[in-house]
Amino acid sequence: MSAPLIEKTQTQAAPRVELRALDTLWFQVGGTVCNLACTHCFVSCSPTNHTHEMMPLAEVKRYLGEAAALGVREYYFTGGEPFLNPDMEAILEETLEVGPATVLTNGLLLDPGRCARLKALADSSEYSLDLRVSVDGWDAATNDPIRGEGTFDRILAGVRNLVQAGLNPVLTVTAVWQEADSDAGKERFFALLRSLGIDRPRLKILPVFQIGAEAERAGAYESWQRLRAGETPEEGWDHLQCSSCRMATGQGVWVCPILVNEPSAKMGETLADTLGSFPLEHPACWTCHVYGVSCRT
Amino acid sequence: MTDPRMTLHRGLATWGEKLVPLEEFRRATAEAGRRLSPAERDAAVRDSTMALPDATPVEGPWTRIAVFGGIYNNHHGLSALLEDAARRGAEAVYCLGDLGGFGPNPEKVWPLLVQAGVRTIQGNYEESLASGREDCNCGYTDPRDNHFAALSYGYTARQCSPAFKAWMGRLPKRRRVRVGDRELLLIHGSPRRINEFLFASTSPVPFLEALLDRHACDGLLCTHTGLHWHRRLPSGRDVVNAGVIGRPANDGNAHVWYALLEARPPGNTLAVELVPLVYDHRSLAEEMRAERLPEEFVETILTGWWTTCLEILPARERAASRF
Repeated sequence: MSAPLIEKTQTQAAPRVELRALDTLWFQVGGTVCNLACTHCFVSCSPTNHTHEMMPLAEVKRYLGEAAALGVREYYFTGGEPFLNPDMEAILEETLEVGPATVLTNGLLLDPGRCARLKALADSSEYSLDLRVSVDGWDAATNDPIRGEGTFDRILAGVRNLVQAGLNPVLTVTAVWQEADSDAGKERFFALLRSLGIDRPRLKILPVFQIGAEAERAGAYESWQRLRAGETPEEGWDHLQCSSCRMATGQGVWVCPILVNEPSAKMGETLADTLGSFPLEHPACWTCHVYGVSCRT
Repeated sequence: MTDPRMTLHRGLATWGEKLVPLEEFRRATAEAGRRLSPAERDAAVRDSTMALPDATPVEGPWTRIAVFGGIYNNHHGLSALLEDAARRGAEAVYCLGDLGGFGPNPEKVWPLLVQAGVRTIQGNYEESLASGREDCNCGYTDPRDNHFAALSYGYTARQCSPAFKAWMGRLPKRRRVRVGDRELLLIHGSPRRINEFLFASTSPVPFLEALLDRHACDGLLCTHTGLHWHRRLPSGRDVVNAGVIGRPANDGNAHVWYALLEARPPGNTLAVELVPLVYDHRSLAEEMRAERLPEEFVETILTGWWTTCLEILPARERAASRF
């Protein structure tokens, strides 16, 4: 009997974050369907995970229309693996008409033909197109246990294809290895990118979220890992991404890209439904605050 | 298929840390969240986009003004700008902030600004210097960019007198200026945040239209990115990033940029001109070397290519860059 009571108390005590402006609109465009099943995936994506389905072009266009009226500044696409979505390139073409776009990909589907088409899309828009490629180690021995056997070489092949097409991707690393977030760890990734011919390497390090597959790999959150009302910083919650973002999925609009497997983090059916405040009651909110996380590049 | 996680979800969904039947997750999400009526949706959108009150007094009206940003201690560039703006008949000259950093001898720009009556607003550099902050608040994460930003900020902070810093602290953060019949808002980064970057490739038209609605102006002038651009919006309003006069625009040319705005008959249409400004960059480079500023900075002044602080560039601007 006591467990639900504690949860209830914590819910009531959670501080609320206001949306100061809807700047960043995310799309769960690949659903939770992925050609990998990484052991640290906070959304537990896999080839058989249909918790969220891929979003077709028409659905993305409906949100783009609503977003323009609200003055959204930038668009991010994730999944699952976005390039499994057959509409993905058409979606990017449509998006780049109205704003800058960033795609988070595992790099496995970046063949030379696709990279050339992405470069052409980037060149034809007045707005920026960015690709973020995930890798979780500086070699096969560190990456493959997380992302799957043989993936390191395939990811690097994808990055190489992007570079050859003239695109400079942001390497995105989740800090599953403590060393990854140190200066020495960063230098290893910079060196890896330089070896691929990138003079000015770009790197994004993210902390782990102890939910989904990661909870099984390294353990779930402890009960103390929660934000409470008394902990609201003097400057408020503007440093949290949820003060300026929302996540559109095939099943409505969520507060942020992290909590899409939490029905309670769904805020509404349209963007207009989701312009209010949100309670920071999930332990993942604690991670964003403590580690200063933004999923933006 | 050896990894059981690849097939784990057949007919199941992940809900928090549990696996539940897919239908159960779908039912829960279908019921979750708010579902406003059409009238409530309209009201919510109106609330988040309507104009915010702003009591900033309006200066002018002027027919022709010069607007520039980012002096970065470049008193050679500032002297050239003041001459060029006067020669072109600017009735008022506005500076959008970031007086320091990068170049030599910060105190030299102060008398030039005061004597010429330049109407200056505060940039993040002035805000940081006046409040005794330990960095320029540009928010770099690349260790190399941070290293050079710290060098440059430390040099400026040491060389500025308390009186100059106090003057910086008294500068307004925004000005409203009438040119012809247009009311323009002048800020450093964006109307929302002093250190927000408005680059051309990441400031799309719908975003700018909403920003100008929210801050109730007929045009917006900003700097902070180091790169100049101008966009006339479908509504007829203008957004101008005046660029900076402290270092070249990362295009292989040594000159710098500023903006001239003019109300032109008939109908007082606003003409926006981005002006390349040639100045004595060799003397600046010599003075930087004499002050033992990093050779990387000197190289930028001489070649026109940025060598540091490249991390902030969006993909499109970076693709046009040499480094």
